[in-house]
Amino acid sequence: MPLLRITSPHAHGPMSTSRVMQHVLLATVPGIIVLTHFFGFGTLVNILWGGIVALACEALALALRGRPLAFYLKDYSALVTSTLLCIALPPYAPWWLIAIGVASSVLLAKHLYGGLGYNPFNPAMVGYVVLLISFPVQMTAWAPPRGLGEVPGLFEALLACFSPASFDAVTMATPLDVLKQNNSLLLEDLWQENPQFGRWGGIGWEWASLAFLAGGLWLLYQRIFTWHAPVAMLVAITAMAGMFYDNGSSASGGSPLFHLLSGATIFGAFFIVTDPVSSAVSTRGKLIYGAMIGALVYIIRVRGNYPDAVAFAVLIANFTAPFIDYYTQPRTYGHARKGDS
Amino acid sequence: MADTSYKDLSLNGLWKNNPAIVQLLGLCPLLAVTGTVVNALGLAAATTMVLICSNTAVSLIRNIVSDAVRLPAFVMIIAAAVTCIELLMQAYTYELYQILGIFLPLITTNCVILGRADAFASKNSLAPALYDGFIMGVGFGVVLVLLGALRELVGTGALFANMDLLFGPSAANWRIVLVDDYQAFLLAVLPPGAFIFTGLIIAAKNLIDMQIKKREDARKAKPVKGAKRVRVTGTIS
Repeated sequence: MPLLRITSPHAHGPMSTSRVMQHVLLATVPGIIVLTHFFGFGTLVNILWGGIVALACEALALALRGRPLAFYLKDYSALVTSTLLCIALPPYAPWWLIAIGVASSVLLAKHLYGGLGYNPFNPAMVGYVVLLISFPVQMTAWAPPRGLGEVPGLFEALLACFSPASFDAVTMATPLDVLKQNNSLLLEDLWQENPQFGRWGGIGWEWASLAFLAGGLWLLYQRIFTWHAPVAMLVAITAMAGMFYDNGSSASGGSPLFHLLSGATIFGAFFIVTDPVSSAVSTRGKLIYGAMIGALVYIIRVRGNYPDAVAFAVLIANFTAPFIDYYTQPRTYGHARKGDS
Repeated sequence: MADTSYKDLSLNGLWKNNPAIVQLLGLCPLLAVTGTVVNALGLAAATTMVLICSNTAVSLIRNIVSDAVRLPAFVMIIAAAVTCIELLMQAYTYELYQILGIFLPLITTNCVILGRADAFASKNSLAPALYDGFIMGVGFGVVLVLLGALRELVGTGALFANMDLLFGPSAANWRIVLVDDYQAFLLAVLPPGAFIFTGLIIAAKNLIDMQIKKREDARKAKPVKGAKRVRVTGTIS
């Protein structure tokens, strides 16, 4: 299948892969700080342990494939994958859950397809989906946010990760979960009965989303990616939620603001949808790709079996990326537009 | 497929031309029912029986049926064999019959069977055809059972669950729990696990082939004594 080729004139990109990856890692920091504030040290422990596993898997795969170790380990791509995955995992996840997820990401989704730059699917989301369909119980055990429950300290977070049997996990349904289960209450009553809904999208989640938005906007300012795909996704999800919002009956899917600030919407829009390898690359293609993910997220959240849907939506859209690129090939400079002669 | 020595037939069926991992035929049942050892074993046995029956029958009628109608005739034979096996399983292993469900009648459409009938049985006499059917079935079955075992082990941490479905009540306690307190890994039992593990088995087979080839090449490549320098100038007429 002939894929998109960008023709001349070419511009030199001053950013190396490792610089780009470092920027992405830096941009996740505000979000991680907010998550740590609301949910305790669980997320940090996840990320550190996931990073160790990711580097080990990367080194193993590179050694087996006979590739230079130092060159690829220094590009931070494995760390970005594991960090993005671990942010999405519930805090206080047991060590084996994180290890299996990261190993699936790095070995299965990345190196089996040929390594960095060759993976058709977003590695972090493959790892997440592998875990979600394999271990639904552990994957839906989110900790209660600060203010609604005890937030464990650092020692307890380490205990939860490396000795899960000796840790009494306190869990609470996420707002998206509660909304999914609801079939009798008006949204207003639902909000009042369940304190975790917070102001717009859930205590903790709304602020984490805003922090990820800040990180994402900084990446945009640094020209790590263009605005098309994230904006298309957010517009699509707002439009879908707005279209089907019926002022809060019990069958309602939730308001547009709720869908924007709850779950992984913002995080996905700026950190997952913008993956340069597995997404569409032409400008019009990015718009279609992002809009498709936004629409799918809403449909799966409201109509599907799972409470959140960013990972599934991204994987489905990954399938279509080559196809989208094929039909949105930009006009070659100097050649006639279609119809002109 | 002219040579019919039993050694070559065995090597072909089990390794060099294995229906499941080299010809990649019959992938649908391979992927669909290999969630546990007992399912895999049941389908492997059924497929082998059908292969033996169809190869035998096709070999017997090979000189009577004309080329023009041979494929419909073969399909009729295969369908008849499948129906017999299906009725037998319904009679003796009813629960397994229910678990395998649509994949039993679908053996009819398994390309391995029509492929062997057309490529081998219709050109060979009875004994080699029968043996070819048997060994191809075994080759298919070995991969099926291996895949079933891998998926059951990774998925549930145990092996040989529910073997009583196939071997009667005495086999009910054959289940071996290899890892106590194992957290079920659903992915391995679900369809994606089938694709991943089939891929890994094919990769392992290719790896072994490459090692064998490398060793053979190393043995063959002996330094030639008294080799002359290659002439690099002038014209060679």
